[in-house]
This record gives sequence, C-alpha cells and structure tokens, in this order.
Amino acid sequence: MPHLAIDGLNASYKNLKVLHDICLDVERSEVVSLIGPSGSGKSTLLRTLVGVNKPTSGKVTLAQRTLDYSSASSLKQARDSMAIVFQQYNLFQNMTVIGNVTIAPLKIKKWQRAEVEEHAHSLLQKVGLGHKLKAYPDELSGGQQQRVAIARALALKPQLLLLDEITSALDPELVGEVLDIIRGLARDGMTMLIVSHEMGFVREVSSRVVMMDQGRIVEIGTPQQIFDAPKETRTRDFTARVLSH
Amino acid sequence: MAYTFQFGQAFIHLPYLLGGALLSLEIAFIAFWGGTVLGLFGAYTLVYGSRLLRSIVQGYVTFFTNTPAVVQIFFLFYALPEAGIMLSSFTAVTLGLVLNSAAYLADIQRAGFLSVRQTELDAAETLGMSRLQMLRYVIVPHIARTIYPPLSSFFIWLVLGSSIGALYGVEELTGRALNIATSNLRTIEIFLVVGGIYIVMTLAASLSLGLVGRHVFRVRGGLLR
Amino acid sequence: MIETILSEIPRFFTWPNLVFLGEAAGRTLMLSVVGCLIGFTLGFVLACIRQTRNPWLAPLRVAAIAYTEIFRRIPFLVILFLVLFAIQVVAPNASLFAIALVSVTIVSTAFLSEIVRAGFDSVPRQQVEAAEVMNFSRWQIIHMIVAPQAWKVILPPGFAFMVMFIKDTALASQVGVVELTFTGKILSNRGFSATLTFGTILLAYFILSYPLTRLGRYLEIRLASPRH
Repeated sequence: MPHLAIDGLNASYKNLKVLHDICLDVERSEVVSLIGPSGSGKSTLLRTLVGVNKPTSGKVTLAQRTLDYSSASSLKQARDSMAIVFQQYNLFQNMTVIGNVTIAPLKIKKWQRAEVEEHAHSLLQKVGLGHKLKAYPDELSGGQQQRVAIARALALKPQLLLLDEITSALDPELVGEVLDIIRGLARDGMTMLIVSHEMGFVREVSSRVVMMDQGRIVEIGTPQQIFDAPKETRTRDFTARVLSH
Repeated sequence: MAYTFQFGQAFIHLPYLLGGALLSLEIAFIAFWGGTVLGLFGAYTLVYGSRLLRSIVQGYVTFFTNTPAVVQIFFLFYALPEAGIMLSSFTAVTLGLVLNSAAYLADIQRAGFLSVRQTELDAAETLGMSRLQMLRYVIVPHIARTIYPPLSSFFIWLVLGSSIGALYGVEELTGRALNIATSNLRTIEIFLVVGGIYIVMTLAASLSLGLVGRHVFRVRGGLLR
Repeated sequence: MIETILSEIPRFFTWPNLVFLGEAAGRTLMLSVVGCLIGFTLGFVLACIRQTRNPWLAPLRVAAIAYTEIFRRIPFLVILFLVLFAIQVVAPNASLFAIALVSVTIVSTAFLSEIVRAGFDSVPRQQVEAAEVMNFSRWQIIHMIVAPQAWKVILPPGFAFMVMFIKDTALASQVGVVELTFTGKILSNRGFSATLTFGTILLAYFILSYPLTRLGRYLEIRLASPRH
C-alpha cells in the first residue's frame, strides 16, 4: 500500500474547476515533485490535500486511512500526520523563532516541554538558525524565515511533508540555503510532495516527477524520463522552456 | 413580564412618521452640504493658509470636534437670545449641525488634499499636462476617491444625528415619534417602528452612495460599510 | 449682556456648583467608559462568533452580523427611548443611570464589534491557514495568533470611539440622567445666564475630551511602529 493514495480527486475554487481527476500514489520515503506552468493546479493540489481547499469529489488515503474532508475529526487526524511549508513562510509574527517552532507541539500535540524544546533546538541548529532562537520573524531574511518554517513543520514529526513553492518568494542567493535542507531531508528518508520551479533541484532530489497542466496530470515518470525523454508534447514544451533559462 | 406587542397602534401613524423621515433627510442634506462647503474653505486654509489662519481654523476644528453637537445647539438656542439673536428651533438645529459638520468635513477634506502625492504631479507634468488638465485628470479624481468613503459614512452619521432635532421640538422622525408617544401608550412599538425606518433609510443611503462611489469614483471595496 | 455675565461669575463658580459640575462630569465620563468597556467585551464575543466556520453555528453568525448592522443604524436617542420604555416593563425600578448605561452598551457593542472584526481581518490570512493546518482550534487561533497581533489595530479606533461617545452621552440628559448637559439645564433654570452655563458646559466637555483625543493620537502613532 502506498503511504498516500490520491484517486480521482476533483476540486473547485470560486466556481472554477481547478483539479480534474487527479490520481497519484506516493510511497513511503519517496520524493515526488510536481512541475508545470503556473496556474496548472500544483499548489491547489497540496492545499486540497491539507484541507485548506475542499475537494468536490475523489478519494484520498493516507497511511491506510481514507480521509473524509467534510468530517472535522477525520481532517484533524490526517493533519496530525502531515505538515506543509508555504511559499510565503506564514510564520506567526507575534512569536519568536523558538515560539513558532514549539507552539504546536506544546499546545496542540501536548508533548513534554523538555523534549519539545530539545527537538526544536536541534532542528533549528540543523537549519542553521541555532543563534536566532529569540528573534522575531520580521528581523530575519526571507531565507531565514523559510528555514524557520521548515523547522516548524518538522517539529510536528510529520509522516508526509508538503512543500509549496518554498523558494519562489526568495532572493536568488537565498535559494541554495533552503534547498540544501530539503536535500538533507530526502537523504534521511522523509516522504515529500514538492511543488517547485527549481528544475535542477527537482531532477536531483526526486524519485518521480509529475507534470501538470490546466488542473490535470499530463505525465508521471522518473526525472530522466520527464526531462530527457518526455512522452507528451506539453511536457517537452514545458521542460524545454524552463531548461533553456 | 408579559408584554403583548400591538403594532397596529404604531402603523396607523406611519404616514405621519414618514413625513418626519423626509425632514430628517432634509436636515441631514442641509448639514452635509453646508458643512462640506464651509469645510472645503477650512481644509484649503489648513493646507495652504497662512500660519495665523491655520491656527484659527485648527482651533475651530479642535473645539467643535471635542464638544457635543447637542450642547453646541443648546448654546445657539438659549445663549444667542441673550445677545438679541433669536433662532427658530429648526434654524438652531440645522445651523448647529452645519457648524459641527464643517469641523469634521474640514478634517476629511484636508486628508484628501494631502493624499495627492508630489510624485504623481511630477509624473503628470512630465507627460506635458497643463495645470487645468492636471486638475481634471489627476488631482480631482484622486481627492474624490480618497474622501468619498469617509464623506458617505459622515452623511449616514448625519441622518442619525439629525434626531437631536427632537430635543428642540423639530418635527423630524424622532420628534414626531415623541409627539405620538405623549398621547399613546404603545411607545415601545412606535420607537421600534421608528428604529426600523432609520435602518431602512440608512441602508438605502449606504447602498446608493456605495453604488455611486463604485461607478463614478471607482472606489473599491464592499457596498455596505 | 457682558456685564450681567461678569456679575454672575462669582455666584456661578461657587464651591457647591463646582462640586455639582465635577460630579456630573464624572457621571458623563463613567457612562462612556463603563458602557464602552462592557460594549468592547460583548463586541469581542460577536467578532469571535463571526470568525467561526462550523455550519451549525451559521444562525449565530447571521445574528451577530444582523446585530452590528442594525444597531449602527439607529440613532442613540431612539435607543435611549426604547430602553427607557422597555425597562419600565421589565424592571420598573431601574435607575436612570442604568438605563443610559444599557443604551450606551447596546450601541457601543455594535460599533466596537466592527472595530474588533477589522482588527482580526488585518492579520494576514496565511497565518490563520498555517495554524488551521497545524490543527489549532478556532479559539486557539484567535487567542494565540490573531488577538496578539490585532490589538494594535483595534486599540486606537476603539479608544477613539469611546472618546467620541463621551459627547454622545449628552443625550442621556434627555431621560434625566444628571450628567454634564443636564447639569447645564439645571443651572440655567436656576436663573444663570445661558451663555455662561452652556459656555461652561462646552468647556467642561472639551476638558474631558481633548486630552483623551490627544492620548488616542499618541497611541495610534506609537502602535503603528512595528515593534514587539
């Protein structure tokens, strides 16, 4: 059984159908990347999986449990085992770095304070922000904020990590520091679903790549297949366009 | 406590009350336009006037926005006769509201003047616009867009504020309600109906002002605010 | 005219009259401050109700919206009369001050709940989404994330509203509460010049309102700077 199984997922946003019949399986410890032109539904797929957007139909199974998005308790259970990092970091502006990372484990999961703090310290050390524990988000650069957001997601010990264009809002020189962390996570066997425009990174880190266009999956394959020998014209056009830059 | 509502007694008086509502709107209109014109002079002085004139107008605005309109009208109504000036209650109320509104509207319009940024004027100048064209295409539309929303809410506020006319015997909506209430036991029903008329009046005003704002002055945002 | 006023001044500014005016000013201030504090609490509750998403709570949300829309569209004077007449049915022994206080609370609840809602809306939506995805409850989102950021946006207009209402409470004189305006009428009825009495009353309101207005401006500027 795959860790995450998406079967015939449809979703709408403001009366506009944005996801058409999405079918995708993600195995444990797999890194799957979603690529495609903007507006192709990649981010919407991630947002629908975590229930920020509500699907109109389809079946999502996470760790052998079928998810019911209309049921608060089912959604709560699913959110308990996954975490998402957003393009705009979305840090809580009223809390320090350490506050952002520890609040959910302490107040929502109600884990032991000592363990939570130790874990948070080691995570922030790992993302290179061990010296910024008491800083507020608006005192940090975009890259630093995004690394805090990653630590915040990891502090929840997720079984599945969703990354929604996490480097798109960053200055080019800050992209590397964030991607390095994700490479490390991939090596450690974290199951991830990634939306990214960094094609070099996608190719290097992914076990499989999913090409999306206009709310549909166009093609799924290994990075070699998608980038070097795409079957579909739309994939070929897209990869040719982004790789020529 | 058992209380049975009997709205029949209140609805008999509906035409009389609606006549009062018309007068309420009239007072609000006079106060609004009188205040706008006076306030425009005030705003102009506050932005471009000499130091002395500025402090006089600022003093006026500060005093009138920090004291109740009711007491200002009391002053007009009871103190002016001591200097030999008698005002009818209607004149005292509308004059008081005009003077009071002028202070608030000077502040609102001043913010409009200040919202025109020098960079935009510079841009217009480099496009080779004449002063008149700049006024027509840059300055006036900009000011209108900035001050239209606060002006609309101020008008709504005046429709409600005109009710203080009742304290001086002006027969606007609240005044007429009081008239009926003195000869009728169904006071709660009457005032509920009156409250309803105010809600309908201000909703209609908000909606139509919102529509005008959206289409004429290109104000963004919801219709009701 | 000036001479008569000048000659009245020693008789007007006597100690008992000043105490009388002082007490009235206190009552005027209390009406607005207490009424707005209760109104803020209730308005906060209404704003919280409007933040809920549960479909079962839809009727409550509609009621909260209706309340704020209705009571911002009825003149304070009409509310005052309604409360006056209604309380005679429910609690005939209620004091006039209590009647005025209830009226202030009814109106301030509506306006302050709008101010609180605008404050809640000022917190970026994405932070709320991030919290939702981390399984924060609606209440946890409000008290851990939204309220700690929104208060800076809520406090200045909320305070300004309370200061503004000091002037509106002048209407409470109409139901017989002995606040500043009513005191003016009493003194005027005792035969003092209307210019002198109402001039003094205007000045008294100014002394109450102006420093608080300045304090409000200061708060606004102070809280606008992004510091923690």
